[in-house]
Amino acid sequence: MKTSDLSLVAGGGLLDRRDFLKRALRYGAVAATAASAAPSRSHASERAPSASLTPALPQQGGQREAATSGAATIADSMAPWMTSLGGADVAYGSPSAHEREVQRSRKFDAPQTAGMTMWHTPLAALQGIITPSGLHYAVSHNGLPDLDPTRHELLIHGLVRTPMRFSVERLLRYPMVSRIRFLECAGNTAYNAVSPFVEDHSCQELFGQVSCSDWTGVPLSYLLEEAGIKDGAAWIIAEGADGGSLTRSLPLEAVMKDAMLALYQNGERLRPSQGYPMRLFMPGWEGNLNVKWLHRLELTANPAYTKDESGLYTQVLADGRIQRFAFTMEVKSVITRPSAGMVLPEPKGFYEISGLAWSGHGRIAKVEVSADGGESWAEAALQEPVLDRAFTRFSIPWRWTGASTLLLSRATDQHGRVQPTRKQWRKRYAAHSFNHYNAIQAWRINRNGRVENAYA
Amino acid sequence: MPTLEKVLALLLLAWAGAAGATEPVIGLGEALTEADLARYDITVFPDGRNLPPGRGNVTEGRVIYRDRCAACHGESGIEGPATRLAGSDGLFGWDDPLRIIRIKKYPLLIWSMGARWPYATSIFDYVRRAMPHTAPKSLSNDQVYAITAYLLYMNGLIEESAVMDQQALPKVKMPALDRSVSAWP
Repeated sequence: MKTSDLSLVAGGGLLDRRDFLKRALRYGAVAATAASAAPSRSHASERAPSASLTPALPQQGGQREAATSGAATIADSMAPWMTSLGGADVAYGSPSAHEREVQRSRKFDAPQTAGMTMWHTPLAALQGIITPSGLHYAVSHNGLPDLDPTRHELLIHGLVRTPMRFSVERLLRYPMVSRIRFLECAGNTAYNAVSPFVEDHSCQELFGQVSCSDWTGVPLSYLLEEAGIKDGAAWIIAEGADGGSLTRSLPLEAVMKDAMLALYQNGERLRPSQGYPMRLFMPGWEGNLNVKWLHRLELTANPAYTKDESGLYTQVLADGRIQRFAFTMEVKSVITRPSAGMVLPEPKGFYEISGLAWSGHGRIAKVEVSADGGESWAEAALQEPVLDRAFTRFSIPWRWTGASTLLLSRATDQHGRVQPTRKQWRKRYAAHSFNHYNAIQAWRINRNGRVENAYA
Repeated sequence: MPTLEKVLALLLLAWAGAAGATEPVIGLGEALTEADLARYDITVFPDGRNLPPGRGNVTEGRVIYRDRCAACHGESGIEGPATRLAGSDGLFGWDDPLRIIRIKKYPLLIWSMGARWPYATSIFDYVRRAMPHTAPKSLSNDQVYAITAYLLYMNGLIEESAVMDQQALPKVKMPALDRSVSAWP
């Protein structure tokens, strides 16, 4: 199909997301008609090749020298990997050596004090909604503990009838559930929240503290019920077994409803940087409280006001008040292709705009895209599955005119929450507050094809 | 059709609610003894609960700070590169011409512990469990009380002669408490 067959739905060259679908349906209808007209497919193929069902073979009109001369082999005209025995496979596979540049990147402005590391997901290099485990973002405050799973235990105590301990071996025998859920650091995209002037950083640098995996584990409610919750318990203090014993306080009511003791990620046991052998997982809530290397849960009447809920993971509101315990990550989206750090290979023409949307409150209802800096918007197609508190992949066809422009995406979740503009977001918070930033992101497309970070 | 998860939840609920029922449905957890727990039960709460015996003063704290903390947090607690510890509101002045460069270099320095944390007990809790960064849990309770005293003194919240212990620490009022608002529920 030619780009000119597609219909414009908004300014800047945005095309109707349904055109491809319609085309596919038309093709399907033609195919179905052809199939029903013929007695059977095999019968049909014995006859003269019909228009669309049977791909035409290349016509071997003239006798080709290489294939027919007695001394030649067919290998002479083929790529070397097609004419030699392949190499051995390995016990645990890795990405192709040709994809070596697809790596997590270390946050560029992290303090250079060893243990606090921030590794960002290369969102722009990935498709679909699942982040490969080795590329899942990770923020660790005290390095990765070298933990012995045969000695590691989960302790549950405080306002419970029977203080309990659970070995990893025993936890693995509990009934488990699987959930595809995103995880995002409270500080993701912080740079655009606070930087007064737009800085040219890549999509990975700006947005790479969010990922999405299939998490499997034991609903925490099973273990808490087993210990027996006492009256008056309203909070749960979760602590990790890392050197710094990272600790967060969570409301018990939400934990009983949603929390998982995650043991597996994308089918395999957790990676060390995700908290092996187990972590707390609270879908839709800021990454920091999904305590890795989880080893202790204390039920209490009140929060502990740990280091992170006292300082780094709080927001300063515009009036100077300090907001604590804002757990949920808000509705947000980013166009991953094209995005900052890329160069469009052709000066104009067809591109698919593709990106990710997510909301800590529920499912994504719609994503709108603008290719003219927000003058006009068109609704993008949402790729199935559209899941609760998971990445949703959106896309929309685009015919770039070659002019400099701004690409924007604006997500709305099932509860009608819409991403604010950067200006609206900044009005709520003090100038130096950077957590839970979810404003509409803009990418500038330059005439030379270079894509860069922009404020809309 | 009820899922396995729902069935189990109901069973657990029934077990938890049934009078006299003591056998848990799954019951693979093992009893945690007081002695086992005592080794790990380190969280200190704003009302002072779980603060250990011991004491420390500003003078002792100043010596330990210079030896164990200043390399990362700076001589006066504001230079970084690690989290800023002292300061009235944690912000570099708006008239500081290098403000943006400083924030860019050390983003954790745009606010301070002293200005942002609502309870003094959290300082004891965090220093004891996580500091110094390269040797966490290596300080004695007395040393942690002393460092806590020095950090509070740095922020102008206690007198130089003050001694911090189980009774005194929870009584220190942090300026951020009155500015705090909870987003939950």
